Amino acid sequence: MNEQTPILSVSDARVRFGEVVALDGVSLALSAGECIGLVGHNGAGKSTLVGILNGGLVPQEGRVEVSGKAAVQTAGWDVATARALGLRCVFQELSLCPNLTVAENARLMHEGLAGGAWRARARALVSKTLDEIFPGHGIDPRATVSMLPIARRQMVEIALAFCDAGTPPGIVILDEPTSSLDAGIARQLLDHVRRFVAAGGTVILISHILSEILNTATRIVVMKDGRVVADRPAAEFTQAGLVTAMGTAGREQARRLEGKGRGEVILTHAPAVGLPFEISRGEVVGLAGLAGHGQTELLRALHGRLSPEWRAHADPKVAYVAGDRRLDGVFDLWSIRRNLTVGALPDLLRRGLVQPEAEDRAAADWKARIGIRTPDMGLPILSLSGGNQQKVLFARALLTRAPLILMDDPMRGVDVGTKQEVYEIIRAEAEKGRSFVWYSTEMEEMELCDRVLVFRDGGIVAELTGASITEEAILAASFLGAA
Amino acid sequence: MTFLRMTASRPWLWAWIAAVAVFGITIAATAGASAAGLAQAAFTFAAFSVIVGLGQMFVITLGPGNIDLSIPATMTLAGTVSLKLMDGQEAMILPGILVALGIGACVGVLNYTLIRALRIPPIIATLALSFIVQSTAIWTNRGLRVKPPESLASFSTGTLWGVPNVAIVAGLLTIAAWVLLERSGHGRRISAIGQSLPAARRAGIPVEGVRLATYVLCATLAGLCGFLLSCFSGGAALNMGAEFLLVSIAVVVIGGSSVAGGNSNVPGIWGAALFLFLVVSMLNTYGFGAGPRLILTGFIIIAVILAASARGRTAA
Repeated sequence: MNEQTPILSVSDARVRFGEVVALDGVSLALSAGECIGLVGHNGAGKSTLVGILNGGLVPQEGRVEVSGKAAVQTAGWDVATARALGLRCVFQELSLCPNLTVAENARLMHEGLAGGAWRARARALVSKTLDEIFPGHGIDPRATVSMLPIARRQMVEIALAFCDAGTPPGIVILDEPTSSLDAGIARQLLDHVRRFVAAGGTVILISHILSEILNTATRIVVMKDGRVVADRPAAEFTQAGLVTAMGTAGREQARRLEGKGRGEVILTHAPAVGLPFEISRGEVVGLAGLAGHGQTELLRALHGRLSPEWRAHADPKVAYVAGDRRLDGVFDLWSIRRNLTVGALPDLLRRGLVQPEAEDRAAADWKARIGIRTPDMGLPILSLSGGNQQKVLFARALLTRAPLILMDDPMRGVDVGTKQEVYEIIRAEAEKGRSFVWYSTEMEEMELCDRVLVFRDGGIVAELTGASITEEAILAASFLGAA
Repeated sequence: MTFLRMTASRPWLWAWIAAVAVFGITIAATAGASAAGLAQAAFTFAAFSVIVGLGQMFVITLGPGNIDLSIPATMTLAGTVSLKLMDGQEAMILPGILVALGIGACVGVLNYTLIRALRIPPIIATLALSFIVQSTAIWTNRGLRVKPPESLASFSTGTLWGVPNVAIVAGLLTIAAWVLLERSGHGRRISAIGQSLPAARRAGIPVEGVRLATYVLCATLAGLCGFLLSCFSGGAALNMGAEFLLVSIAVVVIGGSSVAGGNSNVPGIWGAALFLFLVVSMLNTYGFGAGPRLILTGFIIIAVILAASARGRTAA
């Protein structure tokens, strides 16, 4: 298999974004019939490499070559050429137009759907592909994208990438495709990837969930600090080996965020459906269940109740870590520093004015504590990779003195090493008496909580505590509605 | 290149360059004879545009869709009511000022009440309210032209060491607005809301309170501007605010603030206000009639905005 001529290759690519070196001489060759697992830390250069492959980004140095033909000059490689070759991308940041329907988005993405009766043809094509990848998906191609929950939007985006409207898909790049999908849907996707690869297609799979990579990829490429540090068949890797290759301290699973019995109850909430919600001082409560079954709604309701509408409290009651950072997380025009400190403004003011020294100190402190990868906190927030932006949002919430922190799937796109560090920080803060409500689509994270509430159909249907928090119990509750 | 880099971080530079250039061209026509007089006139009239422009800037910073179209009506009502109340008596000056500011603040509260409680888009809410305010002004005025108290009239037309008093007032307000926007927590919050309302909410910013305060500030500045303008021109007139609808928005945009919100600057408002006045004087000096003058004004404004936005593209 390795002897095959590559259908697309990048050699010795170098990319700098201002101060930040994103790629430092990376080479990668793609052959037909292989699934490449691409792993690495946040900011290791994965997204940048994808940008070069799909033609969206021109490297300052290096070449892109296509299927053994005379080398295509780097300048000739652009998005249109890439698409004509059958290269498709599913991004970590959803890239559908929210105000259009699923079928209309398909038309935008596929030139092949032009011409008469395109709506009907687009609907048929999308439905067919969705049925193929996600049997029983329940998505109406006439639905407006903004009305779909994030998991379904991601499913649509994946289906559009695998659609065949004239140009069959040849190389499909999946950048964190499962981060907003629940376990069952993710399995359907990975099964489809295996079928697609077996039929001669090529897939690049980027994921922080290492078991997915190990079970799906045929070859694994590990990146670190803008370089490829390992490129071997998947069979030669183990989970621990992979973590070591990525350069993370090969730490054990984080200890359970052990509760010291329940403290005083600080908040109760009775939602319209399901069991009531309550949380005690120093407790970490996990919200589990299939994606889109009411977890985010509960977080929003709690936040709406506790956060001020008219006057800023000197002592905030709650802080929020957004999951959809594009929509309700980052402030695009601001520096990293301002993005980090905005939640704790009342603490940084004197007579209504922001104290620059206090702000610099707070930002520098958290840059070190959570490891934000930047030479200067004054650079724009968008100069950071997605995972590093997420770290900033984390730091923003932890910098406040709020006793309750709501987290809406906050680890999306965060690498393994950072996750462990954030778990440590959460545990330390919980011991000091802070409470956390933590919604996550990742089972391992639920197992770190003191107590887990399982959601189904918009309400809480089961409560698990301590040792009874297991993947099986959560799955049973989320599918059957009772523990 | 260094020049481009310099303008990238100072989007207000273009408005100032344009103002200075137009000033030079005008002076060239008169061979330098009227330089001091023209500068004084420019600063006097720009001062009024700056006062309303500052308020409008804060509202526009709140993000897409935020705008206050009730500025002209508020100016008129504040001017007519306060002059009528003072009735030319020196003793009533303080109550007169307070009434003008109070009318502005009330209009601001009403604006935001319509926007928030009835969920009407700001462009419609403030325009609708401006009809009510304007009608109230007509009803209170009844065609009377009350003169301002003597000391106020001489203050608003007077100068201190050659600088028009109204320009000094506007200058002090500009400094206060700069501190508010760039250094205060309130300014941070306005900018955050302008970039993303949902993100601002999640970051714990009291969104409703900040928006209310911003609309009240804008209308209060309009009330103050109406008061000063009617003292300056020797009495309130029912159409005295009319031209400030466009001007208040134009000075913000030409000054280099982002119409999309979240990213504004204060110095550009002065540059743009001087520029708008000087363009008209220049065209007058060169003997253009009213029609060509308006057309040329439009073209020159478009050119300045284009130059400023081309700057943005090269910088990125």
